[in-house]
Amino acid sequence: MAFVAIADRDHEQEHHDPQTFVTKYIWSQDHKVIAIQYGCTAILVGLVALVLSGMMRLQLAFPDVFSFITPNEYLQFITMHGMIMVIYLLTALFLGGFGNYLIPLMCGSRDMVFPYMNLLSFWVYLVSVIILLTSFFVPGGPTGAGWTLYPPSTILPGTPGSDMGILLMLVSLGVFIVAFTMGGLNYVTTVLQARCRGMTLMRMPLSIWGIFTATILGLLAFPALLVSAIMMIFDKTLGTSFFMPAVLSMGQALDYQGGSPILFQHLFWFFGHPEVYIVALPAFGIVSDLLSVHARKNIFGYRMMVWAIVGIGALSFVVWAHHMYVSGMNPYFGFFFATTTLIIAIPTAIKVYNWVLTLWHGNIRLTVPMLFAIGFIFTFVHGGLTGLFLGNVIVDLPLSDTYFVVGHFHMVMGVSPIMVLFGAIYHWLPKITGKMFNETLGKVHFWFTFLGTYAIYLPMHYLGILGVPRRYYANGLSDFMPASVESMNVGITVAALIVGVVQLLFLYNLYWTLTRGKPAGGNPWEATTLEWQTPDTPPKHGNWGHTLPVVYRWAYAYSVPGAALDYIPQNDPQKGGDIEEGDHGKP
Amino acid sequence: MSMWTLVIALASAIVVWFLLVRQLTARPWIASGDAGYSPDVEAFTSPAKKIALFVLLAVISSLFALFFTAYMMRMSPHHGSDWHSIPKPGILWLNTLLLAGSSVAMQWAKMLVYHRSGKSPQAALIVAGVFAVSFLVGQLMAWQQLHNLGDLHMSNPALGFFYLLTGVHALHIIGGLYVWARTIIRIWLGITTPSINLSIELCTVYWHYLLLIWLVLFGLLLTT
Repeated sequence: MAFVAIADRDHEQEHHDPQTFVTKYIWSQDHKVIAIQYGCTAILVGLVALVLSGMMRLQLAFPDVFSFITPNEYLQFITMHGMIMVIYLLTALFLGGFGNYLIPLMCGSRDMVFPYMNLLSFWVYLVSVIILLTSFFVPGGPTGAGWTLYPPSTILPGTPGSDMGILLMLVSLGVFIVAFTMGGLNYVTTVLQARCRGMTLMRMPLSIWGIFTATILGLLAFPALLVSAIMMIFDKTLGTSFFMPAVLSMGQALDYQGGSPILFQHLFWFFGHPEVYIVALPAFGIVSDLLSVHARKNIFGYRMMVWAIVGIGALSFVVWAHHMYVSGMNPYFGFFFATTTLIIAIPTAIKVYNWVLTLWHGNIRLTVPMLFAIGFIFTFVHGGLTGLFLGNVIVDLPLSDTYFVVGHFHMVMGVSPIMVLFGAIYHWLPKITGKMFNETLGKVHFWFTFLGTYAIYLPMHYLGILGVPRRYYANGLSDFMPASVESMNVGITVAALIVGVVQLLFLYNLYWTLTRGKPAGGNPWEATTLEWQTPDTPPKHGNWGHTLPVVYRWAYAYSVPGAALDYIPQNDPQKGGDIEEGDHGKP
Repeated sequence: MSMWTLVIALASAIVVWFLLVRQLTARPWIASGDAGYSPDVEAFTSPAKKIALFVLLAVISSLFALFFTAYMMRMSPHHGSDWHSIPKPGILWLNTLLLAGSSVAMQWAKMLVYHRSGKSPQAALIVAGVFAVSFLVGQLMAWQQLHNLGDLHMSNPALGFFYLLTGVHALHIIGGLYVWARTIIRIWLGITTPSINLSIELCTVYWHYLLLIWLVLFGLLLTT
């Protein structure tokens, strides 16, 4: 096998060995530094979105108290919260952050194959974030069109931020896509071409499989967002009518004619649905590794897990119109998309069963990463089950645009990936910093976050079934809403504020780790994958010292009968470490 | 969204299937008997830049396929009934020839390099670049001609799409010219490493691909 490309490039190493503080920590080409830059930026902008959600909750619980939150601002908060969380936090942190950190380390490479492009990817991402945040300070403020940016209202006066705000949003998305494409080319090429000797595709940890497949989805799906963004910029600035129908605004006929808002919805969701899996697949992969390591057991059904990731990725391109059941589509169309949507439940259920079966009879260590991983199984199952309701056209119609939808997607693609992100950060923090975090603080953080999210999102399902509409600034008095809606909104807000404040514990724990954490050692979790076998912790530039690792087995050799330890690293040349034929599932 | 997207998705799925199916059926948990890496699994030995180019072409294909899909959906009466065909500037035919000439010259440069004729590919590269720049100038003239007609309105989607799609295609050509310029400067500086040969080869692939996209785009514009 000729996985020698990076080895061949060893002589190039000096070319980008960092010399100064700036090239080492700021204008750095080291994938680990870039990963941390991506991670810090994403978390910072995510905190902005978290504060926005707190303000929204305050308004919903106490409608007449906070005079500084106007209806326009409420819509702007909703929009910016959604867009930041989905794109600038989750996508960037999973792929830019963990993708960057883990791919070269887990695949046994010295770096990404195009380090300079990797560097550019981060800085272009930072530019997109700055453009996005700038929109808070322009006349009219950021766009308040909802994160789906549906025309025609998005660019018409009356929608907040319909002048500068929406343009900055669209430009920022375009710049983000450029950054993502540069990063994505790197991730895919590195996985395909720069694995160390012995690291066959089917010996790769599932984290890499998740990140790799999600990157391919992103590379193929983000162009749909780019196309719709460019066409909407044309509609806004040049007066084309791609999406804009003939429309009266403030009593006056505008210059548009005949455009199709539905065309925008198709394009947007052709990106938007795969985006769910761009966020979910890395989470699936990473959580599989967390469960396996902390249950001291091989992942159950590894090959099926890989197939499920690939299958879910492929299916995610043929379900987009389930977001558009209420757009007046042909019922046969609705039937088709409901069927494809429900088919996705099969590989997803396989994954859930395999996670649970990995825990079965495992030697479970309830570490902080493990708590978050198990928490993820709960939140994901709950979010996934409500997806079955919404995937059926006839159930979706009455629930559409209610809090049921808000509860569903926050459980499935808000809380669940965030649980994995926290688990992953706690899991790899000892490798990133070389120090161990505060276990007690981590556990407090977990329990408040885990139980708190249930306190927030479970009641929302009930509100949705009552028919409480989402996106409304204030519900006012209406016959169909009992008084319990109001008190429930207060309860949700209190829970949300507590969960929000508890995240400060997480930030403090990061600070505590850096300043007071005890040295963690190279492999504190006794894990098999390559990133734990580096000669230095944190790994130095080039990762592997003089010689690249050689891989002898898969990533899940835990509790192997007859082995001296309950784990055998992938690069340990000792004989054995695999399961004998016929022994599968009986470690 | 339309048959186009489905066909392209299906084609990509088949390609990915053939690339991966052998590797995805491995059973890594089974003991291989010896403590080495299994030498019987194929790997991607192509240079990283080549793989990256093909991934990039997949991204560009996705971009243009979506543009073309949007174009055809917007034409259909379900999505508006205001499509008015516009006159196509005659210079587009000349531009097509120029772009094809550029592609031929690129191929010529690649053959000079790969047949080890000893001749420098410089002249061929310059011809390719001049043709490509002329193509861009020609496209600008086409825009000018349309603009001079005067009686066209931007709200006509046919006109909007004409500017949009030719513009996006031209941007991709400009991106290619950036790599072309880097290559030619390195040749002038006297650098003759294998990486120059690779750059020329990859530029050629990219050039042919953009020609292909232009032919599809031009066909779409002519027939609608």
